[in-house]
Parts: sequence; C-alpha cells; structure tokens
Amino acid sequence: MSVNPDLQGRVFPPVAPYLVGREKVREFARAVFATSPLHSDPTAARAAGYADVVAPTTFPVVIQEHTLQQLLAEPGSGIDFARVVHGDQRFTYTRPIVAGDELTAILTVASVKTLGGHSMVTAESAMVDSAGEHVVTAISTLVVRGDE
Amino acid sequence: MTAELAVGEVVAEAVFALSRDSLVRYAGASGDFNPIHYRDDIAISVGLPGVLAHGMLTMGLAVQPVVDWIGDPGKVVDYQVRFTRPVLVPADGSVDVRVVAKVGQLDSEADVARIDLTVTISDPVTGAATTVLGKAQARVSLA
Repeated sequence: MSVNPDLQGRVFPPVAPYLVGREKVREFARAVFATSPLHSDPTAARAAGYADVVAPTTFPVVIQEHTLQQLLAEPGSGIDFARVVHGDQRFTYTRPIVAGDELTAILTVASVKTLGGHSMVTAESAMVDSAGEHVVTAISTLVVRGDE
Repeated sequence: MTAELAVGEVVAEAVFALSRDSLVRYAGASGDFNPIHYRDDIAISVGLPGVLAHGMLTMGLAVQPVVDWIGDPGKVVDYQVRFTRPVLVPADGSVDVRVVAKVGQLDSEADVARIDLTVTISDPVTGAATTVLGKAQARVSLA
C-alpha cells in the first residue's frame, strides 16, 4: 500500500498545549550534549535577556512527535510506521523557546510525493505560544519505503 | 559581525562519544522509545546491522559546537539536516561523532551566517571517515 496522496494539504486539529518545563529543558540539554549555561541556569538566561532557560535547538521535536502521532494514527493514510525512515529535519524559529512557554502545535501535510516506489511525506508542525504568536516550525520529511 | 568572518573559515570543531548510555538517555529525554535504539535483537530482526543512534540525537549534538561558538542558543534561527547514514553504536564502548563547523555563506544585510556542518564517524577497524548527515546547515543571527 502506498501513501494516500489525498493527505497533501491536510491540516490536522491542534494538539493539546505543551508546557515547556525547566527540568525538561535541562534533561533534554544533557541528552544532546548541550552545555551552554543558558539551558540550565535561569540567572544566566535572564542575564542574556531571556525569561527563563532556553531550550536546545532541536527541542521542538518533543512536541512535533505528538503531531506526527496524529498522522500515523490516521486511518487510510497508507503510512506503515515500520516502513518509515526519517529523511530530513528542519527547525525554523521566529524566537527561541524558553521554559514557561505553552506551545500549541498544528500539523500540516505540506506534500506527498512518490519516487520510485517510495513515498516522501513532508510534515510541518507550526508551534505558537499562548498569545498565538509563531515560535517555531518543525519540518520533517518521512520516507515511506514501498513494498519489496 | 559578518565582516569579521570569511566563507570557508572553520568556527568550531568537536568530538562526541556516543555510547548505549547516550541512547537510553536521549530516548528518555525525547520520548522516542523505538527499540531499534537500544535492543540489538529487534534492530537485527528489522534488517539493521545493529543498534543505531536516534537521527535526532545526532542532529541535536551536531549543532552544539555552533551554539558554544556563538555563545547563545537563541541565536540559532534555523537548522536543517538530511539523515544520510546510520550511526551504529556498539553494546560496549562508544562511537566518536566528529563535527566540523564552517562558514558556508554570509548575509551581511540580515546579519546572518550560514554555518555548514560536516558530521562524520570513523570506522573502528579501518579508521575511514563516513559522513552521517547531509546538507547540515545552521543559520545563526550575528546581530
């Protein structure tokens, strides 16, 4: 089964707001070998002009994951999770994420392409803060291997 | 600040030793508990040569030399990679992931530098370097 081309352009309902916690930022920073004090020390972060500790660049993947679950759970998507390979990833920021942010993510399927039996699905998860202002968009290209 | 930089200039370099501990730590922090990142039997059953690092872990650490160079993680305004080769992580010991960060492009009007990352692992036997991320680029605000 190949990926349903009708998914292209589909906008999913927003996922439940994600509250960025200071300890989660610290935990994630340790996991990606991020040693900047701005990830762990609120005093250092405030001195640099931030309200609280700053999340590492790839932190939005934690929130994006919740949106991708919607896509994988979609009946009739034709996306078999066992055949999915992560092709590309991008994060485009309007402003950094800091602890205390409450982010709401909305998934849009930007494109579905078929290339030599494989499908490429580009999923964009746009995240806005509690004021509705854009913070970051996480863009994933998933390669779904065709039947062998 | 763009005037102080030259295209091609290496701004940062680092080596990260990835072990199974690193993978378990990342699984917990990120919520990605796909067992191919910690169980050899499952990795092999789906046709992989062994346990692989999460691509997002490799992406996450590869930008750190850039963050340390610029001194503020909030200055990284855009970051993208292509996952080209898996990073096999042995059950004992570790694999070294080497990152070289070079100025790829300078936009003096926007005061943004594109930093291109070369991310490689070395073959434990031959020592030959393999690139694991393609088109790895971080856009950094210099303002």
